[in-house]
Amino acid sequence: MTQEQKSRTRGGFFSAEGQGPANDSLQLRNGYAAPLDAIPVMGFSRFAHWLGTLAGEKSRSTEGPTCRVCAFFALPGPLLPWAESREQQPGGAQERSVSENGEASFTLLAVLADDAAGVLHLAATEVGDRYPSLTPRIPALHLFEREAHEKYGIVPEGHPWLKPLRFSRPGGPDVGFMDFYRVEGDEVHEVAVGPIHAGVIECGHFRFQCLGEEVMHLEISLGYHHRGMEALLAGGPHRATLPLLETAAGDNTIAHTWAYCTLVEAFAEQLPSPRGQLIRSLALELERLANHTGDLGALAGDVGFLSTLSYCGRLRGDWLNTSAMICGSRFGRGLLCPGGAAFDLDAQLVHSLKDKVAGTFRDVQGAVKLMWDSPSVMSRFTGIGIVPESVARSLGLVGPAARASGLDCDLRRSHPLSGLPMSPPPYKGRSGDVLSRAEARHEEIVNSAAFCSRLLERFLDDGGEEVQCAPFERPPFLKGRSISVALVEGWRGEVCHVGITDRGGRFAEYVVVDPSFHNWMGLAMALRGQQISDFPLCNKSFNLSYCGHDL
Amino acid sequence: MSARILLSLFFVLLSVLLAPLLNGVINRVKAIVAGRKGRPLLQLYYDLFKLMHKNPVYSHTSTWFFRAAPAAGLAATIFALCILPFGPFAALCSFPGDFLLLAGLFALVRFSLILAALDTGSAFEGMGAAREAMFSALAEPILLLSLVVLAYHAGDYSLSNMIGCLHPDLWAANRPFFVMIAIAFFLLLLPENCRIPVDDPNTHLELTMIHEVMILDHSGPDLAFLEYAASLKLWIFCMLISGVLMPSSLTALLAESPPVDGGPVIAFGDIVLATLHTLLPVFGIAVLVGLVESLMARLRLERVPQVLTLAACFAVFAALVLWR
Repeated sequence: MTQEQKSRTRGGFFSAEGQGPANDSLQLRNGYAAPLDAIPVMGFSRFAHWLGTLAGEKSRSTEGPTCRVCAFFALPGPLLPWAESREQQPGGAQERSVSENGEASFTLLAVLADDAAGVLHLAATEVGDRYPSLTPRIPALHLFEREAHEKYGIVPEGHPWLKPLRFSRPGGPDVGFMDFYRVEGDEVHEVAVGPIHAGVIECGHFRFQCLGEEVMHLEISLGYHHRGMEALLAGGPHRATLPLLETAAGDNTIAHTWAYCTLVEAFAEQLPSPRGQLIRSLALELERLANHTGDLGALAGDVGFLSTLSYCGRLRGDWLNTSAMICGSRFGRGLLCPGGAAFDLDAQLVHSLKDKVAGTFRDVQGAVKLMWDSPSVMSRFTGIGIVPESVARSLGLVGPAARASGLDCDLRRSHPLSGLPMSPPPYKGRSGDVLSRAEARHEEIVNSAAFCSRLLERFLDDGGEEVQCAPFERPPFLKGRSISVALVEGWRGEVCHVGITDRGGRFAEYVVVDPSFHNWMGLAMALRGQQISDFPLCNKSFNLSYCGHDL
Repeated sequence: MSARILLSLFFVLLSVLLAPLLNGVINRVKAIVAGRKGRPLLQLYYDLFKLMHKNPVYSHTSTWFFRAAPAAGLAATIFALCILPFGPFAALCSFPGDFLLLAGLFALVRFSLILAALDTGSAFEGMGAAREAMFSALAEPILLLSLVVLAYHAGDYSLSNMIGCLHPDLWAANRPFFVMIAIAFFLLLLPENCRIPVDDPNTHLELTMIHEVMILDHSGPDLAFLEYAASLKLWIFCMLISGVLMPSSLTALLAESPPVDGGPVIAFGDIVLATLHTLLPVFGIAVLVGLVESLMARLRLERVPQVLTLAACFAVFAALVLWR
């Protein structure tokens, strides 16, 4: 084990001894593993206080770091079914007595991200089958609590909107069958859109409560694409793990596979090859470029501005083909594998990639300029679908949508993975409207293209040496009874994978949180008080994944 | 049957045949501006042919009106074509006050379409019907105003004399008037024919549509009727603008001859020339529509009345020019 690898295992997590709620939790860095028993198991009230202080609405009196909720999930039984019983640990027994029925049957585990400090906070609590809901204090937990409720039947009492999320319970209601929020009144009418849409897109149901053309409320019901992905991943890693995650959200292939590879490397206590890490980064930026370009075109198409739609449609294909030049797959499938990248770049390929990136970027600039120069497009984008910063923060939005509302969150800067050059500062929007979200995408296109060129220069620089980008030769042995969190800033936002290994180094639990899971609620809020005819435009400005949410 | 009636009949048939080509021209212009090859010029003909060979599907909730509306709409549109002069050639059926009938026929088409849309009971179609009713309520008075001003100018209340008999000298004397009326007609053409910046004929987004969402439930020959009627309506608007903008020296010849058998013989060459003289601006307007669609985004629905207000301004200013 090299010195760097050692420091990785040792320096990755730390339980601070100081005072204050922030120091109660296990602090973990992105892409590192910690033993399960390092996670503090708090009593529920202390857990709620800890969550509320770190991730709840900030009042002036509270101090300490501001955190976002990355993941919040339930585990059946106590936290360490595979490890030593925690009874021997000091303080454990008293804290557990909070549970009403005496018998704790579920563990709630929260992963919070402190963007300023670049650390993740983990803590757990044990509850019975009911507990007071945390959503009223921390709205970002809304869907997470519904998910836990659906999975295990745990009832968060006082949850404002406790309903099925993915309709994954056997014997439960069919997908989409639920009571929707209704606005009463003679002049109020209800518009139901989907689950089958006009156009080649995925399934999802939207229920609008409208007064004339004005939307008073939008409720989004998903779950049509639920494949049971997390259940399929448990017991891994196996041969299907990587292909499964490549299709967790198909347009987010690189981000999801990278997060998985990071988890495996963390559990194996090894670092990926630096060159492999650079190739991953290049692929991630190409994925970002392709999707942002396609989105800008689609935004133009939604307001009927056809030239930019056509150009960007073609240019998105050019970006995808650039990915295909590296690995043969337009979505980058099969490119990433634990340890590094499965495909290396030779000097000739690097040169042609450079030309391709520069040429495509130039064309994208032209196509987007066409749109920015049209007053009719600008007037259409401005002031539509506003998500104020406070709403974005309390809902825990991520990615370009959050940045458009003025949140400063970019995992590439706040939680960087090892061996990567620093990416430029992210776009910071002011108004949180469709225009901001479009500008955020354009800004990221500009930054990503420059970043790609710099990366490619680096490949040329160390092209002379024989550097291995290659993966592990054998499947690595994963450390047992550990937890690891991997965060990757995909083009849509934060991709969060949490893995928990059992005694034998297999995934006992694998949690995938797609950025769409955070952001769907943002879309619903953006529509409040808007014209219903602006829904497609708002929807496109978020461009969320249905299957990423449904998993 | 006199040669004149035969000639008018021929021009109605010509219009009926050529109207779907307008869509082809618009789409080709849009494709070229966007750097695409575009669909075939005759695509709408293929589509209509395909739709005519399909079986319609009817929802259980719809009534006989839903089935009758497309046919009624098409019949009314074709009738509107019969009272419209073709360039300098008088309409097949022309009488004082027929311009009111033109507006009335448009209203009838819309009425049947809106009622059929409401008949389906779908939230989408109800929304589309509401939007269509709202915008056409604003557009209709402007169309009538423009036609009345034209009638006042011509001193005659039949379309054939209002726009069919514009002598070049007369036209030159009142150039601003005609240009402004033409602009008003063009601004009416956009919402009335669901073109960008008011409606997007190519969109698949039900929530944003106006006209397209009302015909979502129609299928087979019914849909073909509706599509065809829409292209005829576009043709009629283009002919109106063409009539206002293109005076013809042939009009002198035709106008002076009393509409009875045995009028002066018009040379075949003149007829061909006058036909081209009329068709050229019609397709020119189609190109213009294509350019507008390529260079502009759609307006917010709230802003559509502003386009109509602009059209109203042009019509009012045309009237002021006339009565100055």
